[in-house]
Amino acid sequence: MSNSGHISRKRGVAHQTASPTLELKRVSVAYVSGASSGLTLRGAQHAVERYALEDISLKVGAGDRVAVVGPNGAGKSTLLGLVVGTVKPSTGQVNVYGHGPTGHTCIAYVPQRSRIDWTFPVTVKDVVMMGRVAQIGMFRWPGRRDHAIVRACLEKVNALHLMQEQIGELSGGQQQRIFIARALAQEAELLLMDEPLTGLDAPSRDAIFEILDRLQSEGVTVLVATHDLKMAAARFDQIMLLNRRIVAYGSPATVLNPENLLTAYGGGEMVVSESPAKSKSAAE
Amino acid sequence: MMTLFDWIIEPLQYSFVLRALLASMIVGMVCSVVGTYVILRGMAFFGDALAHTILPGVVISFILGWPLAVGALIMGILTAVGIGALSNQGLLKEDTAIGVIFAGAFALGVAILSATGNYTADLTHFLFGNLLGVSQQDLIVILLLGTIVLAAIALLYKEFLVISFDPVLATTQRLPVTFLRYTLLLIIAVTIVVSLQVVGISLMMAMLVTPAAAASLLTKRLLPMMVVSAVIGTISSVLGLYISFYLDITSGPAIVLLATAIFVMAFLFAPERGVAWRRRS
Repeated sequence: MSNSGHISRKRGVAHQTASPTLELKRVSVAYVSGASSGLTLRGAQHAVERYALEDISLKVGAGDRVAVVGPNGAGKSTLLGLVVGTVKPSTGQVNVYGHGPTGHTCIAYVPQRSRIDWTFPVTVKDVVMMGRVAQIGMFRWPGRRDHAIVRACLEKVNALHLMQEQIGELSGGQQQRIFIARALAQEAELLLMDEPLTGLDAPSRDAIFEILDRLQSEGVTVLVATHDLKMAAARFDQIMLLNRRIVAYGSPATVLNPENLLTAYGGGEMVVSESPAKSKSAAE
Repeated sequence: MMTLFDWIIEPLQYSFVLRALLASMIVGMVCSVVGTYVILRGMAFFGDALAHTILPGVVISFILGWPLAVGALIMGILTAVGIGALSNQGLLKEDTAIGVIFAGAFALGVAILSATGNYTADLTHFLFGNLLGVSQQDLIVILLLGTIVLAAIALLYKEFLVISFDPVLATTQRLPVTFLRYTLLLIIAVTIVVSLQVVGISLMMAMLVTPAAAASLLTKRLLPMMVVSAVIGTISSVLGLYISFYLDITSGPAIVLLATAIFVMAFLFAPERGVAWRRRS
């Protein structure tokens, strides 16, 4: 371990503070079709390999707020999965503070709302407490300190009054906020969010950006996958334009120019207006 | 005239009824608690299949004169691991893998049993339970395994909650997800083994699913759901046994019918969520 590394107070590997928060080096992810189709490309050396992501290299610094944008199927969720550790790179390397993601407990992931079973018998407090599981440790029940942390995290997202509600009884914006509270309870330093603003009204969006602003001032790094270009341009300091490869990555002003957008989104929009049937079959 | 007290005490003077009562109480409680995970994780089909696949293990133990739980447990573990391994290959969907193993193992059990002497009577006991035949030794095994199951759930409560609610969170917390998944499968397998004599293979599903399903309509959090489910399971078992004693019905079906009746009541009259409640508003 280098001298610049400090021993983390929490579980998981020590952070190399000299390393960037997140670094991907020439990462590719081969496309593996689902088990339902009965076909996988694993081990099929002779097949032409298709990539969900190809040759991705990037660095994200501490406290950056990055919008990951691109068309459907561009690999936004796959990219987040790589950082979380649920997706393994076929080639290349993913490092968080100088180590592979699987050693860390400081990475928090806020799933798309459609991926959560909102009828599950848990209250807001239960969900936020789930963020403490690693810190509490196996075979143990939460202590007084964990309860205090959960309350504090709920307070930070203005949801303390919702503590006893079953999660299905919340509005979309409230649901998103309690998952952010869960990330806070996890003491996350890297927060990943998949389409967190889809289906939310303007006040709910504003409330979430208020929280994200505060997190940024505390040095939390945030990656948000979104298909909303306009919002990405208005609210983020950095934009990563993705379509299986990184098309452009930098400030909104440099990234969002017509050539980059054409490269990322292709002529798709134009084709749709000319011949919807044709573009539909092309998409399939 | 018979008082309520007499009604309760009367059957208990027979020691085999007392043992049956204790066994059914433990099983009613353990099954219903484990059942909450079964319904939340959508594993009802898996539970039913596991109950059937242990048959060859039970039959072989029976022929060799071992405690039935031994063969059942070995078979249960093999099945749980086998299904996991078969579906992990990505070649088959999980329910397809379950279906194949389920039917194959059950057929093997029936085939072995049919080659032995008292085929019909024995098969009936395995399929529908033999609560009044619970021996002292059986009761000790039921108590021991039941305690282990409840202790494991208490110790791994929050981990099981996380892998059931949000597996990605379990990954980011670096929980041993595979270990936990197999542990939960093992817990379900042990529960089924424990319940074998009380309700039998073919009604096992009801004990795993029905009390938990009723509890899910009455509660909003997992822990209260477990408690309510355990209460419903225990009440069904005890009352079911009395009904079986006085009306001369087989005990397993009596217990299951009672649990089903409680479920129907919950479905109709659960506060705010029941059908009757919704009609009025």
